[in-house]
Amino acid sequence: MSARGAPRTLVDRLLAGHSALVYLFFYAPILLLMVFSFNDNDNVQIWTGASLRWYRAMFENDAVMSALRNSLVVALLSTVVSTIIGTMLAIALERYRFRGRGALDGLAYLPIIIPDVTMAVMLLIFFFQSLGIVNDIFGTSLGAGLGTITLAHIAFNISFVAVVVRARIAQFDPAMEEAAADLYASRWQTFRRVTLPLIAPGVAGGALLALTLSLDDVVITQFVSGPGSATLPVYVFGLVRRGVTPLINAVSVVMLVASMILVAISLGFQRGSVARGQGLADPAALEEDLRGSRSDAETSPAI
Amino acid sequence: MSSPAVELRGVTKRFGDEVVAVDSLDLVIEDGEFFSLLGPSGCGKTTTLRIIAGFEFPTEGSVRIHGAEMGLKAPNERPVNTVFQSYALFPHMSVFDNVAFGLRMRKVEKSDVENRVRRALDQVQLSRRADARPSQLSGGMQQRVALARALVNEPEVLLLDEPLGALDLKLRQNMQLELKDLQNRVGITFVYVTHDQEEALTMSDRIGVMSEGRLLQVGNSEKIYENPESRFVADFIGDINLLNATVTAKGLARLANGVEVGIGDRHPGSGNVILALRPERLVLQRVDEDVPAGRNQLRARVARRTYYGDVFYYDVEAGLEEHLEVKEENRPDVERFEVGEEVLVTWRPRAANVVSD
Amino acid sequence: MASEGGERGERLMTTTRRRPDLDEETPVTPELEKAAEKAESRRGFLISVPAYGYLVLFFALPLVLVLVYSFASRSSTGRTLLEDWNVESYRRLFSDLVLEISARSFLLALVTTLLCLVVSYPFAYYIATRTPRIRNVLLVLVMIPFWSNFLVRTYAWRVILGSDGFVSQISQAFGGEEIRVLFTIWAVLIGLVYGYLPFMVLPLYAAIERLDWSLVEAARDLYANGFTAFRKVTLPLSMPGVVAGSILVFIPSLGAYVTPAILGGARETLLGDYIVSQFLTARNWPFGSALSFAVMFVMLLATIFYFRAGAKTL
Repeated sequence: MSARGAPRTLVDRLLAGHSALVYLFFYAPILLLMVFSFNDNDNVQIWTGASLRWYRAMFENDAVMSALRNSLVVALLSTVVSTIIGTMLAIALERYRFRGRGALDGLAYLPIIIPDVTMAVMLLIFFFQSLGIVNDIFGTSLGAGLGTITLAHIAFNISFVAVVVRARIAQFDPAMEEAAADLYASRWQTFRRVTLPLIAPGVAGGALLALTLSLDDVVITQFVSGPGSATLPVYVFGLVRRGVTPLINAVSVVMLVASMILVAISLGFQRGSVARGQGLADPAALEEDLRGSRSDAETSPAI
Repeated sequence: MSSPAVELRGVTKRFGDEVVAVDSLDLVIEDGEFFSLLGPSGCGKTTTLRIIAGFEFPTEGSVRIHGAEMGLKAPNERPVNTVFQSYALFPHMSVFDNVAFGLRMRKVEKSDVENRVRRALDQVQLSRRADARPSQLSGGMQQRVALARALVNEPEVLLLDEPLGALDLKLRQNMQLELKDLQNRVGITFVYVTHDQEEALTMSDRIGVMSEGRLLQVGNSEKIYENPESRFVADFIGDINLLNATVTAKGLARLANGVEVGIGDRHPGSGNVILALRPERLVLQRVDEDVPAGRNQLRARVARRTYYGDVFYYDVEAGLEEHLEVKEENRPDVERFEVGEEVLVTWRPRAANVVSD
Repeated sequence: MASEGGERGERLMTTTRRRPDLDEETPVTPELEKAAEKAESRRGFLISVPAYGYLVLFFALPLVLVLVYSFASRSSTGRTLLEDWNVESYRRLFSDLVLEISARSFLLALVTTLLCLVVSYPFAYYIATRTPRIRNVLLVLVMIPFWSNFLVRTYAWRVILGSDGFVSQISQAFGGEEIRVLFTIWAVLIGLVYGYLPFMVLPLYAAIERLDWSLVEAARDLYANGFTAFRKVTLPLSMPGVVAGSILVFIPSLGAYVTPAILGGARETLLGDYIVSQFLTARNWPFGSALSFAVMFVMLLATIFYFRAGAKTL
């Protein structure tokens, strides 16, 4: 390792400089956007002083508020459902052997791999076709809307939740579940008292990812939404294509801050497990860890 | 209870069509015994233990615990508890809750749980760490929590899967003694899986040596060490010289170098046999010294001498397929030999074990 | 063998009297073991049923529908007719226009991936070689943009690159010309690199951080200089990260829609907007389906390559 002990070399300095530039690249646009969302002027690029007028305008804008409401409803519903189904999927794939497991494994990866546009096309055709059939049979007049958006979001979120939860399950010692069974716990008790608490950080992480993806999605949502069911990103996307306005700046910053809050929560979850695995133990336990018997420490839950 | 603690009959475990992990095993472990299953990794000892615990079902065969057939009973329906190699302590529970887990699952009354957990923690000297999380304890402490967590349930049989494997040498030696003491105190049958022959020899009432899914020999430590019945057991336990020989007459066999040696009268064999000789049973002496009556002797030359502190190991060349290994104590009255020196290797005929291949 | 245990067991078998309730279970036979295994596998299947059902209904079935639609025909009014099945849509994939769009998208995705790789590798290397404390902070600083709203991050560049945007203003302030980057393919490239850079950094970081540094020391010990040790040890060992990151950037770049829609121009159509336009404006669903299917096929090939290369985690 170039940083270990050795004096700072030229290479190290170059790397540090490069990294600083990358961070600048990451943050400069975000920060500029934030600053200019407080601009008092009607023109986005001309700074005339700080004000909250665009935020006020945003909260008074019915279209924005209704899109926000749609986004939240869809995100919460799809997160809850996909977290439950995705967690079950992760457990089945990680802990059981059954016929059709291989096919399911592949099927579960596909929504992650394929681009948004193709998934959007798939679901558009599917809902068009299936709603037609349903309406024919039941004489209903169901159309695309929040329902189809939610169903679509669940479809891609299941896979993401499953990946995150699986990573967590793979980390923990299967002997833990055997120990519970050995100590007279039934299957359900084992799940309730050992498995679930141990995979909880993974489940929470998966749920946060699902929430983020649902709040972020533009393409798929746009394809399966109906009149009046635009979510916030879809609404903003429509506005952006027409031009840059100070109002969009304000909405964007709110969305940005929302995703940052989600990052903070998710990092909080991770941090808990990291801290317990590393510094907090007494020196003897730490020494044990270094000797390699750290399976327990690594599986410490964050909550 | 008059029936044995554990009784395996014709237990076979196949994984898929190819792998036979345990091969028609018959084994009886008596009540109160400290029984070790010893063998190299992959010999089927851990699978056997897991079959007794109920984590795996055998492909066929009968497992009885104190006479009761276990059949397809789940682990939580069996009167045994396990100490895992990784300890498998629940990281999200305190030491106390870990130990109380089994009692609570069995709906033992609250005050009773409290008392029994306190007593169990006392027994392993961890009462003061009851509120700690497992990750805050050292490896040795975690090991004792795992023990307490199993023992508090007063199982009919305690199963231990290499429980000392993760500890360093010094701690391991202490824990060996502690475990043996504990077993004497609680009087519960221990079934102990290990690949460490020294551990098995020092702790066990009886040892079962396994290889490739089969139980090769069962007996107490002394018998396993002194009278191995097969080449594998002889080779696996301790250092040993294995010499090919041909039985020429009753009590006599010819070695590969043509020398005829006495082999005692305990063996049934004839034709080609293997003589198993422990290095510490061989003695080196000067060529011009008298050989005590009745001892076998071979002329040899010292090829290498290795100093171990308390003992010397000599590799001597005696015209056999391999060098003979001789272990001599490092004492003033035991003569030392230099590399290249001519010597006589002598041993009593009964010191050689005749084993099957 | 087990002679001792065997004999004693035999004796006990005949002398032990058992309580009647002790024999409710029977010894295991291969049939019983099979049955137990089956019960276990059925349990696993039952747990997977909700996900299985959902993914079949809302993913596999739609996938099949796209395939079906790609062979359908189109009425003059833009309605899709599930009759007169033909391969016309697939023939159109090889028209000059589609080939030009594909080539442009492919090249753009490739350049995006390479740029991300070149920028990310030293960056990830730098993070991975810090002390754990600093490393965690630096990593969090990567996670924030990674988790931040993609649309908004893309929009930010529209603000920056606009004709009266900052880049242009700065250029003019220094007496330069008005810079027109927005609505060109260069703006799309910047947007894609900006958007997908974290997808490259994180797998690279994971791969480099996992590295056994004693191997590098061993190479140095065996007379390799710093650069040679990097080339012969560090780089090959971090390949799984390079492959994973490349796939994670390449696939969404190839199908990108939001970025070109916000930053790109009307003249340089890319695959993503071309597919979308078939559904939302041109109303040619069969052709749009064939296009989507072709893109998916290429992705699948890319992913197989990804798994072949041995990268196990995302």
